[in-house]
Amino acid sequence: MSGGARLENANPLIFQRTGERLQTANDEDEDVADPIDDREIFDILSVSINDPEHPLSLEELNVVEQVRVRVNDQENTVGVEFTPTIPHCSMATLIGLSIKVKLLRSLPERFKIDVHITPGTHASEDAVNKQLADKERVAAALENSQLLEVVNQCLISNARTG
Amino acid sequence: MKDTLALLQKFNAHPDSRCWYVAWNPKGTLLASCGGDRAIRIWGREGDSWECKTVLQDGHQRAVRKVAWSPCGNYLASASFDATTCIWKKKNDDFECLTVLEGHENEVKCVAWAPSGNLLATCSRDKSVWIWEVDEEDEYECVSVVNSHTQDVKHVVWHPTQELLASCSYDNNVCVYKEEDDDWECRATLEGHTSTVWGLTFDPSGQRLASCSDDRTVKIWKECQPGGGQGTDTAWKCVCTLSGFHGRTVYDIAWCPLTGALATACGDDGVRVFKEDETADPDQPVFSLSAHVPKAHSQDVNCIAWNPKEAGLLVSCSDNGEIAVWNYQSEV
Repeated sequence: MSGGARLENANPLIFQRTGERLQTANDEDEDVADPIDDREIFDILSVSINDPEHPLSLEELNVVEQVRVRVNDQENTVGVEFTPTIPHCSMATLIGLSIKVKLLRSLPERFKIDVHITPGTHASEDAVNKQLADKERVAAALENSQLLEVVNQCLISNARTG
Repeated sequence: MKDTLALLQKFNAHPDSRCWYVAWNPKGTLLASCGGDRAIRIWGREGDSWECKTVLQDGHQRAVRKVAWSPCGNYLASASFDATTCIWKKKNDDFECLTVLEGHENEVKCVAWAPSGNLLATCSRDKSVWIWEVDEEDEYECVSVVNSHTQDVKHVVWHPTQELLASCSYDNNVCVYKEEDDDWECRATLEGHTSTVWGLTFDPSGQRLASCSDDRTVKIWKECQPGGGQGTDTAWKCVCTLSGFHGRTVYDIAWCPLTGALATACGDDGVRVFKEDETADPDQPVFSLSAHVPKAHSQDVNCIAWNPKEAGLLVSCSDNGEIAVWNYQSEV
């Protein structure tokens, strides 16, 4: 995606991927309803969103961590905190938008989705958070076909997990 | 008898997309709705149900954010993310596009007609508010561009009787404008909200303004006279804040011109109606929650509007594309 331009973060730290999720007896029982939990949201995000600059997933760059995903299935809320790799990352809004779009497309309509920058990890976090929280701005941005194409390129559709 | 808010009807207005706004015509007989599907729909009552009379599909290239009826009821204006405002003229059950107002640099967020019918205001993410004049030949001309906000302007509303305009913004402020020497100027900036202000509504007399915000509060503002003559800035004070009632962003607020009840549309899927305490000091008004439907819709409620002729008739619309019609009854 960089196409010859200088990368903002040329040498990212790479983290180890989490292992496969262990199946419990309840998971295999067809009659027990599967509430949506933190791990499921994390799985949705970690394998399917690429960093705009590198062919690495957000999980591998530790931008998204399971501990920073908060789901309340009963109250229909999902909160995701993501950590840009560097504090002046200008891709922060794009990464946040990609996370938001991925969740909007993957989750039932009943969910309220909040995406924030992990506090203290970005110079303009208040400004970025405010944009991501404004659904009118997000809706208008996604009508822009160029921006939508960039977001879609960050979201790969092939399954990389079992 | 307790105050009640009862659902009369619910219907899908904009298939597979969100319904952004809904507006009653001045007679209270028609509803105009608009949405993410780029369409405007006109609804009329047939007995107990609402039927779609007209679909205006090709007016805009992007989502239509708001619609507004002219005071005479013969024109409809639509504001779109495609940066234009369309003026439609009603011809029986159909509408034809009369003219397209261009000029804003990006998404138009709101359009509103002044009570006189000769002026129109629009606002945009380009941070500006435009005032347009319309003459007897249906010609529109921009007469003022005001840049008082520092961010995206979300909503504009006219005073019910005076030529006075208010706007609210992503910059957390409300601005009040008056005309001075053929030019429109910001006369007051109302600060107090701690996040984006999404909606504004005047009370029936026009003496007070209510605002609603992403900070989950509603604020009531009153103009106070500092004692100056003409040409001085006015001062508006926040005389009441309603907090702790809304679980998420409050997207819209509407003051009933017939009963004085205050209704809100919230991102927690709820519709609420507040009633004013008659015995309180007018400079320190007290509002209490009169009725609340927690799951009015299955998703965010974007708009709320009181019927201008039928007391207690209320309409709301949602991200799930639905419109709901309510009957509000209050013990006297």
